[in-house]
Amino acid sequence: MATLSAHEWGWQFSARPAPALSNISFEVTQGERVLLLGASGVGKSTLLRALAGVLGEDEGTQAGSLHIDGATPEKARGTVGLVLQDPENQVILERVGDDVAFGCENLGVPREEIWHRVEQALSLVGLNVPLNHSTSALSGGQKQRLALAGVLAMKPEIIALDEPTANLDPAGAIALKLAVSTVADATGATIVMVEHRVELWWDFATRIIVLGSEGVIWDGSPQSLPAETAVVLEAAGVWLPHKKLPEASRHQGTTVLLTAENLCAGYPDSPVLSPEINLSVRAGEIMAITGPNGVGKTALALTLGGLMPAQRGAVIASPELQGAAKYSNPLKWRSKELLTRVGSVFQAPEQQFISATVRSELAAGPRALGLSPDEIETRVDELLERLHLKDLASAHPFTLSGGQQRRLSVGTALATKPQLLILDEPTFGQDAVTWAEMVSLLSELRAEGHAIVAITHDEAFVRTLADTVIKLGGER
Amino acid sequence: MHATTVNKFRWRTVDIVVASVIGVASGIIFWAWGLAYGPLSAALSATPGLTALLGGGWLFAAVLGGLIVRKPGAAIYTELIAATVSALIGSQWGFGTLMSGLIQGLGAELVFALFLYANWNIFTAVLAGAGAGVAMSINDLVVWYPGVDAGFQTVYVICGVISGAVLGGLVPWFIVRGLARSGALSRFAAGRQN
Amino acid sequence: MNTISPLAKLCAAGILGIVLLLSLDPVSALVALIFELALLPWAGVPARRLLKIVTPLLIAAPFAGLAGLLYGRDEGDVVASLGPWNITKGEVALAVTITLRILAVALPAVVLFATTDPTDLADGLAQLWKLPARFVIGALAAIRMLGLMRQDWQMLRLARRARGVADGGGPVASLVRLGTQAMALLTIAVRRGSLLATAMEARAFDAPVQRTWARVAMFTSRDAWFVVGAAAIAIIAVVMAVLTGAWNFVIS
Repeated sequence: MATLSAHEWGWQFSARPAPALSNISFEVTQGERVLLLGASGVGKSTLLRALAGVLGEDEGTQAGSLHIDGATPEKARGTVGLVLQDPENQVILERVGDDVAFGCENLGVPREEIWHRVEQALSLVGLNVPLNHSTSALSGGQKQRLALAGVLAMKPEIIALDEPTANLDPAGAIALKLAVSTVADATGATIVMVEHRVELWWDFATRIIVLGSEGVIWDGSPQSLPAETAVVLEAAGVWLPHKKLPEASRHQGTTVLLTAENLCAGYPDSPVLSPEINLSVRAGEIMAITGPNGVGKTALALTLGGLMPAQRGAVIASPELQGAAKYSNPLKWRSKELLTRVGSVFQAPEQQFISATVRSELAAGPRALGLSPDEIETRVDELLERLHLKDLASAHPFTLSGGQQRRLSVGTALATKPQLLILDEPTFGQDAVTWAEMVSLLSELRAEGHAIVAITHDEAFVRTLADTVIKLGGER
Repeated sequence: MHATTVNKFRWRTVDIVVASVIGVASGIIFWAWGLAYGPLSAALSATPGLTALLGGGWLFAAVLGGLIVRKPGAAIYTELIAATVSALIGSQWGFGTLMSGLIQGLGAELVFALFLYANWNIFTAVLAGAGAGVAMSINDLVVWYPGVDAGFQTVYVICGVISGAVLGGLVPWFIVRGLARSGALSRFAAGRQN
Repeated sequence: MNTISPLAKLCAAGILGIVLLLSLDPVSALVALIFELALLPWAGVPARRLLKIVTPLLIAAPFAGLAGLLYGRDEGDVVASLGPWNITKGEVALAVTITLRILAVALPAVVLFATTDPTDLADGLAQLWKLPARFVIGALAAIRMLGLMRQDWQMLRLARRARGVADGGGPVASLVRLGTQAMALLTIAVRRGSLLATAMEARAFDAPVQRTWARVAMFTSRDAWFVVGAAAIAIIAVVMAVLTGAWNFVIS
């Protein structure tokens, strides 16, 4: 008896001209561990949402059928649990215990039974914090395990996970994998997962289903994945294991542009400070700053970028970088002076967008500098070409995919030709294709003489690109 | 796909949650507005009622919620949440804020109700904003400025209506247009028009 | 104070608020304020935090009083002359009254808010006062994201500095900046909200099943006495005002 069956299933969102998915057929039995692979945007997330019964009827139309133990997903609420990608936006309540209990409350589970399940779920996922611990104080990886516990407490037969490690650092991803394995072993639940970084789950999965735009491309066990399909998958951005990374060559930087002396970074209202560091950023060099979650890497990026004051110590620009500005402390530079000196690219591209079209977004910096319309036009066209965003010139930045948004935000920093570029987690949540594009872009920029500082927990990125590595906190 | 008759006026989960987060975001914006224009308001408090011109900055949540969710109660609910968050952040004070939120939201809600919750164009938006403005003025005059002379009262009401219509009605309408273009409103009717 | 039911606190703040607002006189406000200040140490709020919460109120209240000072209905002898304004005795009394009234109404609300856990309040509202659970919980989940969204706001501000558009231009440019930043926050908020809604539905929220509650909201006799106490303060304040002849019904 199949637990999960799809028969020529398809979905079209009302607002879109073409179906997101069509002709999907497969049968999954209880206890299988399925990895759903495919190109970005092919509709894997949509399928998972349909399985969980959270695709609104008002959002689109369905073709074919989808059944869970013979019932449609809407009638089978609670049978399928869904863990989403973003740790922040799936926390529901302020206290850990309450958040895990939420699903049980919705399903009408009696009170005594609820807390029993909560304790069990938390221990299975390895989240050993008090029940009244604040959910906001958890790390990203812990939040994902919290979500998993919340799903587990509903005692679902199928657990669906939508890129659960995309926004986590390596430690968090490994902890999540351990939790999912433990849960699968202990409960025998069926696991259906969408992931890009597959090597982590390769030994866990019992089955791979590859989705394409016309239907299922391939369906079978990981070991029997044929070479041609593997190539198609890699071209589509999936990180298959044993992937060869490009050779790294070390570059020597030239002029020093920025130095940090006994610097401790931190947010103004918070007593927490990053460990003290000293560093020198040179032109023509890529510096990677790594460190465990919560150690203060983002605060450091903001401080180096002249956006936040140093809590202790100092950030000093060299005369080369300072140029005609009055001060050597980037914090004291006027906003326009920063544009040609230091470009900052945030971890969340959406926080940096200030316009309604890609073109005007790229033009914003040059316009603030007061450049002539011709010059602005030239620079924008150049960037659109270089970043492969030409077709999207009049699209709204928020409608772009993750990879496109990230390229755009790097582009907006580049538009004013800063000497130093600071990027916070530039490869976060990227598939293999967009990852490679970002790496080659940064390589080019280095060759052109820019100085690049990248805050990152991406080991592959560090191996491929970094000329200097600064480890914040932990061992040196 | 089985056909279901969906009650047009029943709030979906996404309606409730999005109205709520708009309320929360609005509360934060109220706080920022207060920070930026507090000094101006203090200066204007020496005028016969012109402080009401700034009042719209505390009203836009109502019409914004109404235009996006388009269901009965949206204006009151969103404004109430925004007022609650304002009180939590401490930029306004306590119970009076909640009452103001309720009354101001009601002012906008009544206008939408008058149009039977079927009209969501720029005119109803401006009118609803003006309604919220009137409600705000009356609430403030009774609660915070009792006993002032008729001149003050008149100016206050007029300024309240203007501020409500512009900041509390016209601006939200443009905000919704911007939100729609960014693709954020794909689950709402407001995101599917134009 | 932390163990008193949030509903009791809500009632207390409400009773004091409504009763005191019924009259425009300094006596009821002053009497209530004295009681409130006397009970403040029992609120269980650390002094530093208390100061932080109360200060904005202490600053803003007199400004509202200013309106009464300058534009009240003229009563009694002129006490001072400031430029175009003649300030009468009546107006001074009005200013003092307005200020005291705001303080007396707002102080309990501000303090009570600070000592209440939102989830507990939501439980009370939904379980005891039978407000629709979907709305109460939806609001609660959104309000939980307040801290996150305030961080978003700060990052948006920093991002604008990084993009070269954070300074210059005078008050109009400043207003436009606030506007675009607000627009960005709302866009991010709506997206967060949509994701949160999906997450909640994934946990069977709004399923056609009768919901149960993991936590029990309670209203004990202690809570009832708390509300009675607040009512008593309100009544005493009113009585004192009536006895001193100061009671002045606000709609007159």
